Amino acid sequence: MPYTSELKELIKRVDATRPSRIEKKKKGEEFPMLSLKEREERLRKFHPDFKEGSRREIRVGPNKGYGISPEIVDLLEAKSRVDPDMIDLTKITYETDVLILGGGGAGTAAALTAQENGAKVLIATKLRHGDANTMMAEGGIQAASKETKDSLYYHYLDVLGGGHFKNVPELVYTLVTEAPNVLAWLESLGCMFTKFPDGRLKSLHGGGTCRKRMHYAADITGAEIMRTLRDEARNRIEDIKLLEFSPAVELILNEHGHCAGAVLYNLETEEYFLVKAKAVIMATGGSGRLHIQGYLTTNHYGATGDGLVMGYRAGVKLCFLHTVQYHPTGAIFPEQAEGLLITEKFRGAGANVLNIEGEQFVNEREPRDVESASFIRECLEVGKGIPTHTGKVGVWLDSPMIDILMGEGAVKREFPGKFILFKRFGIDISKEPMLVYPTLHYQNGGLEYNSRCETSIPGFFSAGEVSGGVHGENRLMGNSLLDVCVFGRNAGVSAALYAKEKARDGKLTLDHVRKYHKELEEAGIITDRVSPMLLPDYSNPKVRERQLTAHYLGTIR
Amino acid sequence: MEVEKNEELVPIFIMGKRYEVPSSLTIQKAMEYAGYQLIRGCGCRGGICGACGTVYKFPGSYKIEIGLACQTVVQPNMYLTQIPFFPAIKSVYDIEKVKPTIETLVKAYPELLRCLQCNTCTKSCPMEIEVMDYIAAAMRGDVARLAELSFDCVMCGLCTSRCPAEICQYNIAILGRRLYGKYIAPKAEHLASVVKDIEKGKYEQMLRNLMDTDEETLKDLYNKREIEPEQADEDWTPKDKTYL
Repeated sequence: MPYTSELKELIKRVDATRPSRIEKKKKGEEFPMLSLKEREERLRKFHPDFKEGSRREIRVGPNKGYGISPEIVDLLEAKSRVDPDMIDLTKITYETDVLILGGGGAGTAAALTAQENGAKVLIATKLRHGDANTMMAEGGIQAASKETKDSLYYHYLDVLGGGHFKNVPELVYTLVTEAPNVLAWLESLGCMFTKFPDGRLKSLHGGGTCRKRMHYAADITGAEIMRTLRDEARNRIEDIKLLEFSPAVELILNEHGHCAGAVLYNLETEEYFLVKAKAVIMATGGSGRLHIQGYLTTNHYGATGDGLVMGYRAGVKLCFLHTVQYHPTGAIFPEQAEGLLITEKFRGAGANVLNIEGEQFVNEREPRDVESASFIRECLEVGKGIPTHTGKVGVWLDSPMIDILMGEGAVKREFPGKFILFKRFGIDISKEPMLVYPTLHYQNGGLEYNSRCETSIPGFFSAGEVSGGVHGENRLMGNSLLDVCVFGRNAGVSAALYAKEKARDGKLTLDHVRKYHKELEEAGIITDRVSPMLLPDYSNPKVRERQLTAHYLGTIR
Repeated sequence: MEVEKNEELVPIFIMGKRYEVPSSLTIQKAMEYAGYQLIRGCGCRGGICGACGTVYKFPGSYKIEIGLACQTVVQPNMYLTQIPFFPAIKSVYDIEKVKPTIETLVKAYPELLRCLQCNTCTKSCPMEIEVMDYIAAAMRGDVARLAELSFDCVMCGLCTSRCPAEICQYNIAILGRRLYGKYIAPKAEHLASVVKDIEKGKYEQMLRNLMDTDEETLKDLYNKREIEPEQADEDWTPKDKTYL
C-alpha cells in the first residue's frame, strides 16, 4: 500500500530539510562520525547484543559455558532428528569424493574449485540450488581493486575496525588478499559488474570503509553472482551432481574420527538416507530465521543455523556467536515488505537517515552495529522515531537525495530491484523516502576453521556464513559476498586435495551423536526439542491445533 | 503468524479451495495462514529468488494474471496456484570456448527461432521485463541488448510455462548475460594489475606487520585512516601514499 495520509504529512518535513542537506553533502560536510569510544558506549547501551537475556551459556559440548543467543542454545541443547540406532550405516545411497552441504554462494563456489581439482562433487541443499542468503545480498562485494587510492592494507584495517579488532588475523589476511582475484574470477565467468565505459569497476563506500571499494551489479549483486555460479555448476553436470530439497541432519564420521559423509532428509518423501564421502564441506549458511530476540529478518527461508548444530555435535568448536548482526535498514513499511533488506548502498550513494523532524542524528556510514544501535536509540530513547499504523516505529532513509545528487533517474537505474518492488506497493522511492528499522541480518560467528577451511575434524571443511572468525564481532557490508567466494573456493580446493591424498576409508559411525545425547542427559537437559530445525514454523497455530493426527518433529511435520 | 484483530477477511481460492484470509497478506503469507507449511514455492520471501511464481484468475475474467507469491497481496476471489517448478532445457556449454554470437545462442537453444512474437512471455513476467524484446534481440544476435533487457530476471520460469513455442527464455537470458559479461563488456584492466602486484608480494610485508600489531596501535592506525570523501571523483587520491 502507498503511504498513509499521516505518513505523507510527515514526509513533508523530510522534503523541507532536504535542500539544505543536499547543499551540505555537495560541500562535503558530513554528520560527524563517532569516535571508537563513543561507538563502544552506544553499542553497550543500545545494541540488542547487550540487552539483558540476550545471551545464555551452552551447557554441553566443546563450548560449554560460552554465552550466546538463547535461540541458538536451544538448538544446541536438543536431540538429533534421528535415533542413531535406527540408521543402518551399511546402506549407502550415494557415494562421492566431496559432499557439499548447502547450495548457496559458498557451496557452489566450492563445487567449482573442487571439480577443477579433480573431485566428483555432490551438492545437497535444503531447498533449490541457489536458495540462499547470497541470492539476496544486494549492495556489493569489497576488494581493494584500485591501486591509485586503495590497498589491501586499508581493506584489512577496515575489516578489523568493523569487527572490533577481534577478528582472526590469518582469516582477514586471506579475505583481503584474495579479494581482487575473486573479482577477476567472477568477471571471467561473465558476471555483469557495473562499470565505467572504459571497463573500470564502479565502486562506492559502505559503512566502515575508508575507501570506496564496494563493487556491484546494480542492486542485485548477490543474485548476479549466485545465478552465474549456479549456471557454471550446471555446465559441469558430469562432475557436479545436485540433490535439492535434501537437507543434511547429521554428519557421519568413521572409525578414524574423520568426517565421512552425512545423513540427509528428503523433505518431500520424509525419508532419511546416507551419503558417503571422502570429504565434506559445510556451507549451510546463517540463522536469521531463528528470529533472535523476536526481530524480523532479511534472511532466506532456510536460514535456520543447521550447520552449527551438526558441526557442534561432531565436536567442532563455535566462535564469535556472541554477537549477532542487525542490518540497520530493514523495511517496516508497507507491511508486506516488513523485514526486507534495503541495501546499504543507498547510504553509500548519499541518502541521509532522518528522524521524525527530518533531522540527521547519525552519520549514515557508521559500521552496521553502530548504525543500528543509533536507530534504536533515536526511536526508543530519544523518541523521535516515525510510528506506523501497525504499531512499528522507524526512521527515514532519504532515497530521493540520490536522484538529486547523481542526476534524475539514478535511483531507478542504480536500484532497479527495490524501485520495482516499492512501485508495486504504490511508493516511488525516487520521490519518497523509505521507512526503516534494524532487522536480523547476519550470523557473525560460527564453526571454527582456518584459511584453508579446515576444521578440527579431518575431512570436514567449513565455508561461508556458517563459519566464524573472519568478521570478528561485526561484519562490514560487502564482505560476505567476498567471504563466500574466497572461502568457498578455498574449501573446494582443500576438500578435493584431501579426498585425493589424505582420506582414509573406515567403518562409518554415528557414535558422536550417541555421545552427545548422553551428555545432554548428564547435564540434566530433558527435552523434546530436536535440531537442526530445517524450516521455520510460519503455519497457522490454530490450524495446527486441528491437525489431530499430524505428528510434528520440531517445527515441521 | 500474528494477524491484527478485526482485520477484514477476504475469500481466496487456493487450487480451487476456498479459504478466508486477512486482506493485507501476501499470497505467500495467506497460504501459511490457511494452514500450508511451505516447502516448494517459498525461498527468499523478498522477491529476488524466483521460487514462488504464481498464476491466478478472477471469476468471470478470461485473463491469466501472474505474480510472485511473496510480493503479491491477496485480492478477493482470486483463484490461484503456485508453479514452483517447471521443466526446462538448460544447455551445457564451455564459457571459455563459446563466442558472443547468434551462432552460440542458436546452437545452445535452437528453439529460440520458433518464437511467434505473441508477447505472452512479457505479459507473464512478474519483474516487468520485456521478455519478448530480449528474445527478439537474441534472434538478431544482439547479445548486449539481450543481457541488458534481461538483467532483472529472477528465473522463476513463468515465461517458460506459458510459451507456445516452448522456449526457455530465462536460460537463454543467462547465457546472454554471461557472454556479455565475459566477452563484450569492457575488461576491468585495473584488476589484472593489482592481482599481479599481490602475486609479486607487494603488500605481503605491510599485512604481516599489521597482523603482528597490538590492538591499541591498530586502533590508532584505524582512527588515523584518511577517509575518501563521499562526493569525491573516481580519480581522488589520498595524501598518504605509503601503503598504496
